[in-house]
Parts: sequence; C-alpha cells; structure tokens
Amino acid sequence: MAKRIDVSGLTAYYGSHKAIEDISMTVEPRSVTAFIGPSGCGKSTFLRTLNRMHEVTSGGRVEGKVLLDDEDLYGAGIDPVSVRREVGMVFQRPNPFPTMSIFDNVAAGLRLNGSYRKSELSDIVEKSLKGANLWNEVKDRLNKPGSGLSGGQQQRLCIARAIAVEPKVLLMDEPCSALDPISTLAIEDLIGELKERFTIVIVTHNMQQAARVSDRTAFFNLAAVGQPGRLIEIDDTERIFSNPSVQATEDYISGRFG
Amino acid sequence: MDISTQTTDAPPPSPEPTLSGQARGARGATRPGDRVFLGLSRGSGILLLVIMAAIAVFLTYRASLAISRDHGNFLTTFEWNTNLNPPVFGIAVLAFGTIVSSVVAMAIAVPISVAIALFITHYAPRRLAGPVAYVIDLLAAVPSIVYGLWGALVLVPHMTGLYGWLDRYLGWTGVFDWEGGAPRSMLTVGILLAIMILPIITNVSREVFRQVPQMHEEAALALGATRWEVIRMAVLPFGRSGVISASMLGLGRALGETMAVATVLSPTFDIQASLLNPGGGTFAQNIASKFSEATQDGRDALIASGLVLFVITLLVNGAARAIIARRKEYSGANA
Repeated sequence: MAKRIDVSGLTAYYGSHKAIEDISMTVEPRSVTAFIGPSGCGKSTFLRTLNRMHEVTSGGRVEGKVLLDDEDLYGAGIDPVSVRREVGMVFQRPNPFPTMSIFDNVAAGLRLNGSYRKSELSDIVEKSLKGANLWNEVKDRLNKPGSGLSGGQQQRLCIARAIAVEPKVLLMDEPCSALDPISTLAIEDLIGELKERFTIVIVTHNMQQAARVSDRTAFFNLAAVGQPGRLIEIDDTERIFSNPSVQATEDYISGRFG
Repeated sequence: MDISTQTTDAPPPSPEPTLSGQARGARGATRPGDRVFLGLSRGSGILLLVIMAAIAVFLTYRASLAISRDHGNFLTTFEWNTNLNPPVFGIAVLAFGTIVSSVVAMAIAVPISVAIALFITHYAPRRLAGPVAYVIDLLAAVPSIVYGLWGALVLVPHMTGLYGWLDRYLGWTGVFDWEGGAPRSMLTVGILLAIMILPIITNVSREVFRQVPQMHEEAALALGATRWEVIRMAVLPFGRSGVISASMLGLGRALGETMAVATVLSPTFDIQASLLNPGGGTFAQNIASKFSEATQDGRDALIASGLVLFVITLLVNGAARAIIARRKEYSGANA
C-alpha cells in the first residue's frame, strides 16, 4: 500500500556544510511529486533523506522528522536498512548489477527479504517486469546479463527491481537524464501507470517533464552558492507552471535564471 | 556524493578490443616522435618474446639431455640420484610437494587476504585503513630468506601445539596424522607461504574492491541491503575476476618460493598423505639444496625439474584466464 510522506523541519548536512535547511512538506499517497530547481539547490540531497541514503555519504547527517504515515523514519530504534526496504529508489544512471542476469537483477531485492519458492519468484519477476513495461522486450533472455540492454531498458530494469519488493514509496533521482527522448517517454508513461500503486517522488531538471508527469511540484532554490537549499514553494503542478505564488519560481520556470 | 561523472551508456562491448589495430591502420604522414616511440615499444615487445624463447630453448635443451640419460621414469620415479651411473631421478615427489604446499598456502591466504581487503575498503575507519594497508605493504618488502629464518627459528617450534591438536581431533583423516617429528613439514611450509603471499593478494584485491562503482553499491543499499549484503551483491561479484588474478600472482610466488621452503622443510624423497609429518620437497627447494653440489648431469636434471615447474605455472595461468573469460559478459567491465 502506498503511504503518505510528512516531512517537518528537515535539515541535512555534509560534515559541517548545511546542504538543505528547514524543509517541510506533505506528499500524498498515489501521487507524483516533482522536485525542480537549479543545480546544487539540494533537491537530490532532500530526496536521499527520504530513504536514509543521505547518511551513507561520509559526514552526512540529518535533523528533523520524516513521517511515513505515522512512523518517523529517523526515530530511535529505526533501522535504516528496513527503511530502504519500504522506500525504493531509482538513480540517475541506470545501475543494474553487472554481474547478474536480468532475472536475478529483478529478484535481487526479494532474495534479500526472505526465501521464495522458485515459482513464486518467477511470478513476481514477471509481474515486476510487466509493471515496468519491459517484459515483452526481455522475456526471451531473462538469463542474459542486464548490462547488455540499452540505457532506457536498463533504467526500466532498475524500476522493475525497485517495484519487485512492493515499496510504499518510489523515489526517482533524475531517472531520465541519461536517456534519449524515446526512452524518456517510455519512462514517463510508466510513471503515470506506477502512481496507481505507489507514492512517487521524482527529481528532474526538465521542467516539461515535471509538468507532464507530476500532480504536485516543489521548487527548491538557494540564496547563493554555499548557502543551504530551501523549499521555496510546493503546489499543484498546474498552478506552479501557470501562476506560482512566489516570484522566484516564476523566474525559474520561465527561464529568467537558473 | 558524486556518482554521476562516469559514462555508463558505453557501446556494447566488442569481443576483442582493437585499439592497437586501429592505431596501426591509421596511415599517413608520421612524425619522428611517433616513429621513435613505435620503434621503442615494438623493440621491447620483441625483446620480451626473444627472452622467453631463449629461456624455453635453454630449459628444453638441457632438460632433454638429462631426461635422455635418466634411467628411471622422469615423471613417476620417487628418487633423485643423479650421481649413479646411469642416473635415476623423477619429479613425482617434487610436483606433489610443490602443489600441496601451494594449495595449503592458497587455502589459508586467499580468504584472509580478501577479508583484509574488504576491511580496508569497506569497514575500517579511514584513520585505521591507511596504517593497516601500510603494514601489509611492509610484509611484502621482507626478503624471503628472512621469512625462512623466522619460519625455522620461531614458527617451527611454535607449531607443535597446533600439530598435537590437529592430530588428536583430525588425525583419523590421515591428512592430519602426526607421528611427533619436528614440524618441518608441508603444513608449516604452507602457513609460511601463506604469510608471504598475503600482501600481494591483499593489495591487488584492495585495488579491485576500491574500483567497484559507487552506483552499484548504492543500488544494493537502496534495495535494503545491509553492509555485508552490499558486499555480497555488488562488491564481491564485481571484484571476482580481480581476486582470481590476485590469487594467481600469489600462487605464482608460492609455487616458485625457494629459500623460505628450503630453510623450513626437512626434505625426503617420498610422497605421504599427511601434511604434518616432515618430508617431501618442492621443485624450487630441491634445486636450491642440490644445485651447488651437483655434477653437470645433476644440474641438467635439476633444470629438467625447473622446466616442469615452468609448465605447471603456465597451466595454472591458463586455467585462471579460462575461469575469468568464461563469465566475461557478467564481469562488470561493460557496465
């Protein structure tokens, strides 16, 4: 089941450098929320705080609260490993495991979570690959290495791998920035289908993409280089792109800076 | 965190890289610098082949002289008597001892080396990783005769406790049977060789593990993998061929190690199942202990045994290459 994300007063650091400051927002279940903003404004950092990947970086630490429904991801006694099993992630560069076959890539997360019978595993792998619109292209070569696919196919393989474990939330960090326009379109269509089942948060540099795929859009900005990034505003995507309430947002989306 | 600087959408890998072919195919005006460099590098390549061929010819020629005079079977005789007329000698004992001591060394050194390399690259805090790596490097700088002396004076006297324990609990297997002789046997040699080859295997493995792309480790982390699961899913499979190469470098050293083995082992010319009872011998140790007192015929016989060691090393390297090539498409080289 998709879950709601409720962030309040979140600040993240790299060592002593404050990367983002005091961010609060709510992301509704079964919706797509896009993060836009200039490079270095902290949108990827913020995304990585939502599945506790930020602290993997040396010196990375976080203050504030992230509630997944009612559970604080940064609460005492919460294991970051179990958080990441609930909140899946797709990265900028397609990163299938090069040493695994297509099948094993999709099954990788399942095998971490427990033991499955072979038939169960094949069913879930098939369902996930169908869910990622990749099944028809790879069903005859499931035992071939995933790194032999095209970039767009690899990215959909990574999406299949992420959704195979039925996460509550799916985070996507510029998932199309390394892809050609046709593969990008395939991923965007897929995002539209996935939001029926998952809460999706996507970081993108492409404002047309944000406008096409998202229900809500959050605009991030930073006052100057070296200053922490802040959430400027979050609103319905339609409103952000037609009539934003903050001047800086309008300047950014109309291309006057950034 | 910078994971975006590498290019991953490389073209599908061609079966054989053809860089040199392209360079040679480019015709046109050549500059003097290019010609000089071409001459130098081509000369070095040819020189290498010439040296290898010269060694092979020398070994084969002297070995054939010895083998034609050998009155025993060169491959199966359990004897090394080059002063008889006609001489009787065979390499069976040496081949067995060389392989057994190297296998023992590998069985001990490879897991420990991989564990140390993983510790340095993935577990140790940075303050600790540097010093540990440095100490491992130091191990590589110790001359092998020093290892031999340490082995004979320190390791051997301290092995009796372990030998007694192995004999009591595992003696029934035959492999760990001990009749109470001095521990100057294949197990002690294997342990000493393991210490000697540890640094090279550790260092090469460490470099390989360090090169695992961040994005593969993050992929595993994002699926909810623990640190050990990240290592199992992303690091070890990626580093597999590199660890094999590293092990082969170590094995090469173990197969050819001379002084340390000669100092520690008390050699006999027989084959026994037990690793604990003294005896046996290796190619290199046998050459070192017999060469200075050997007659011309004796030297030729030793050279013949050296040729066999050469062939064994070639076979081992070929096998390692085959293992690496078998799963090339999964190697991660094309990611």
